[in-house]
Amino acid sequence: MTYKGKFRVWRGDAEGGDLQDYEVEVNEGEVVLDVIHRLQATQTPDLAVRWNCKAGKCGSCSAEINGKPKLMCMCRMNTFAEDEVVTVTPMRTFPVLRDLVTDVSFNYTKAREVPAFTPPADLKPGEYRMQQVDVERSQEFRKCIECFLCQDTCHVIRDHEENKESFSGPRFLMRIAELDMHPLDAADRQKAAQEEHGLGFCNITKCCTEVCPEHIKITDNALIPMKERVADRKYDPIVWLGNKIRRRA
Amino acid sequence: MTELERHQYDVVVIGAGGAGLRAAIEAREQGKRTAIVCKSLFGKAHTVMAEGGCAAAMGNANSNDNWQVHYRDTMRGGKFLNNWRMAELHAQEAPDRVWELETYGALFDRTPDGRISQRNFGGHSYPRLAHVGDRTGLELIRTLQQKIVSLQQEDFQATGDYEANLKVYAECTITELLKDGDAISGAFGYWRESGRFILFDAPAVILATGGVGKSFKVTSNSWEYTGDGHALAMRAGATLINMEFIQFHPTGMVWPPSVKGILVTESVRGDGGVLRNSEGKRFMFDYVPDVFRAQYADTEEEADRWYKDADNNRRPPELLPRDEVARAINSEVKAGRGTPHGGVFLDVSTRLPAEEIKRRLPSMHHQFKELADVDITAEPMEVGPTCHYVMGGVEVDPDTASSVVPGLFAAGEVAGGMHGSNRLGGNSLSDLLVFGRRAGMGAAMYLDSLGANRPKISEADVDAAAAEALAPFELEGGENPYTIHQELQQSMNDLVGIIRKAEEMEQALSRLAEFRGRIAKMTVEGHRQFNPGWHLALDLRNMLTVSECVAKAALEREESRGGHTRDDFPGMDAEWRKLLLVCRLNADGSVDVTKKDQIPMRDDLLELFELDELKKYLTEEELPA
Ligand SMILES: Cc1cc2nc3c(=O)[nH]c(=O)nc-3n(C[C@H](O)[C@H](O)[C@H](O)COP(=O)(O)OP(=O)(O)OC[C@H]3O[C@@H](n4cnc5c(N)ncnc54)[C@H](O)[C@@H]3O)c2cc1C
Ligand code: SF4
Ligand code: SF4
Ligand code: FES
Repeated sequence: MTYKGKFRVWRGDAEGGDLQDYEVEVNEGEVVLDVIHRLQATQTPDLAVRWNCKAGKCGSCSAEINGKPKLMCMCRMNTFAEDEVVTVTPMRTFPVLRDLVTDVSFNYTKAREVPAFTPPADLKPGEYRMQQVDVERSQEFRKCIECFLCQDTCHVIRDHEENKESFSGPRFLMRIAELDMHPLDAADRQKAAQEEHGLGFCNITKCCTEVCPEHIKITDNALIPMKERVADRKYDPIVWLGNKIRRRA
Repeated sequence: MTELERHQYDVVVIGAGGAGLRAAIEAREQGKRTAIVCKSLFGKAHTVMAEGGCAAAMGNANSNDNWQVHYRDTMRGGKFLNNWRMAELHAQEAPDRVWELETYGALFDRTPDGRISQRNFGGHSYPRLAHVGDRTGLELIRTLQQKIVSLQQEDFQATGDYEANLKVYAECTITELLKDGDAISGAFGYWRESGRFILFDAPAVILATGGVGKSFKVTSNSWEYTGDGHALAMRAGATLINMEFIQFHPTGMVWPPSVKGILVTESVRGDGGVLRNSEGKRFMFDYVPDVFRAQYADTEEEADRWYKDADNNRRPPELLPRDEVARAINSEVKAGRGTPHGGVFLDVSTRLPAEEIKRRLPSMHHQFKELADVDITAEPMEVGPTCHYVMGGVEVDPDTASSVVPGLFAAGEVAGGMHGSNRLGGNSLSDLLVFGRRAGMGAAMYLDSLGANRPKISEADVDAAAAEALAPFELEGGENPYTIHQELQQSMNDLVGIIRKAEEMEQALSRLAEFRGRIAKMTVEGHRQFNPGWHLALDLRNMLTVSECVAKAALEREESRGGHTRDDFPGMDAEWRKLLLVCRLNADGSVDVTKKDQIPMRDDLLELFELDELKKYLTEEELPA
């Protein structure tokens, strides 16, 4: 079951870099991250890569594998043919720090711009009562491991640096939806979603949903309902446009 | 003088897991300017991996539960070696800490009447673990992370600067603590990204660095678990206790090899999963130790009835404390009744409907499907023991989390005492919250007591720390740190693992001495910028110190108890229960182990137990009259 796999890994830093070819041992049951680690241990001790849990739980090891945004620790080698070249590149939407490691501070900045959970004034700790069916909607969004693959893939910012200022991206629009759907959150979030976080930029292409390793239905369950909630207040041309695009596709 | 960036804070918290974040929230709420430093990105700490839940006697699922019952379970789980004051505070305060999380925005699973749902776990008498499916750690860390953000938003409102009073330094590793005389004066480290040095000038440092599992080959722990906090504390003159007690979780994945060790949550058993050997036998019935006979079922029928009617039946033996289950699996495999890949079968597929499994154990379902091509709703899993948790850690004052070094505090997995010789599942997440908060309070109180006498940084110490950090670049032609790391892991796994013998541990100690020589001559390639080889080289020092503590203390303790099993001393010995083994660092960097008497349990706490039970653990003289 052991074979020599062909890997092409992007090496470089903010100044620039290129793809480099490696031949490296691959064993049964391994994932891409295992092979990257073997490269580190045997050929390129300074190859930079982020990871933590190696079990798809922390969202650290995001990269693009053959062009697709994925977690390296959950991408099994048996999904490739033995003679296939596996190309691993850093997430494209964020500035490269080194090799496979990118500067994801954009996401932390956006996270900080979403006003936090606002507890109900009349309930003390221990007095919260919520039904399972009512918390489930927000719980789905709280499965998010902040891998930022959805942010990486969303075309609104993927090749549009200029939109980053006014668009929080699917992860944080979903965070707003999560709070909006929290049974006990006391804040009003709909206007800000549209006006400050750029919900209107999203034209519901669902690319974010497709790459989410937690299989969260970001577009259907968070973004579209959020748009509907906003539209209930104000006519929104993008919802209309989005629906049309969907119908055509 | 070393070129570096300098920051002044009141409190520096090292670690952004549950303990560190809770400590930082407290310190900031007490009005102290606080920095959080962590090796990975904010929100990625190990706590994120916790699955099963957070133990707190809220009594939502069974109203008979209360702190006294939780206290008793915790002491039993730790085989009475626990620091009883910590166990008491933990049991009393855990419910408030969990409820508080709801005010930060946490969304736990609910009971039918809308309260926080609680699940069964090994060693807990009642359903006690607050949980969110099997991703409780994620909920905990995200909630605390978001609370930190909300405090930063408050500071922004007040000052125009999010980071005025609370700032996270992510992907930054602390390599040394600095002192002025006896007292802490700050912490020194480097940015992982640039390799540049950073200095925190701060009179109070809270260690919340988690555990040590990366010294073992088969482990559920991530790369962060190199025992940095344990080693930093020792180098600063603090003491560690209980280092011989390492928890091997009974159920780690065993196949494929690249995922060996990854955790299979105990909730699988809590929710009905059973263990079988290759002959199809539910073998745990053969392994119920005498001390637990009264609480555990001896027939499959009774065990199965318990899931529906816990008040009138005894618990299934699959839910014995972890040390018992891990040893049982080890024995079955050794006796030739293991699975093809050297584990045993854990089966939930014949116990619950597929839909129910997917709802209750979504990440396990996902994990096995993606990593092992196994559908747990249709077939059993193969599982075996994996190094999971270190009970040992920094010796602290229970109420304030202060170590013996003024200004140095510790909370979470890096602190010792709370769990005695064996931790119950779910008791870590609650420990993080209870003692994280107490460490924040302890640090604030300490700062208030300092007044104008702020300890100062010594520039010579800073230069020495910088030189030490750069040493691996100085040599050429030495060994690669990855090789040494692999050998260290193999040695600890084979020689100081789940079952221990004197000769093997002596062998381990001589290998560790040999590693010490090799580590001094290691070489790293490349630059300081995000260089994992260099990072590992620095972490190896810590792993070595911690491994030496584990091996030396384990050799010293001539009995078997909880996470320490001696082949040559198989029994539990009441005389040893009274003793703690304390590790200190000698001037030459080697580890010194000394015995210390435990403080006897307070009378009102002793009275919570039946005399017959106390007789199993305590010596004649210790028993109440
Ligand atoms: C797979 C798994 C499942 C678990 N499930 C449960 C469960 O269901 N219930 C339960 O109660 N417990 C569970 N545990 C145990 C529990 O998760 C851990 O004990 C707990 O999360 C430790 O938290 P902590 O705050 O002490 O440290 P961690 O969350 O590990 O955080 C340590 C922090 O310290 C930082 N750090 C370390 N060294 C340095 C340094 N030198 N410089 C700067 N920063 C540093 C790290 O970057 C990190 O931020 C589980 C553990 C594992 C591995
Ligand atoms: S659905 Fe919206 S947020 Fe998601 S990728 Fe498309 S445009 Fe971006
Ligand atoms: S929503 Fe999904 S893809 Fe986006 S950050 Fe969260 S886990 Fe990753
Ligand atoms: S390493 Fe944690 S998600 Fe891949």
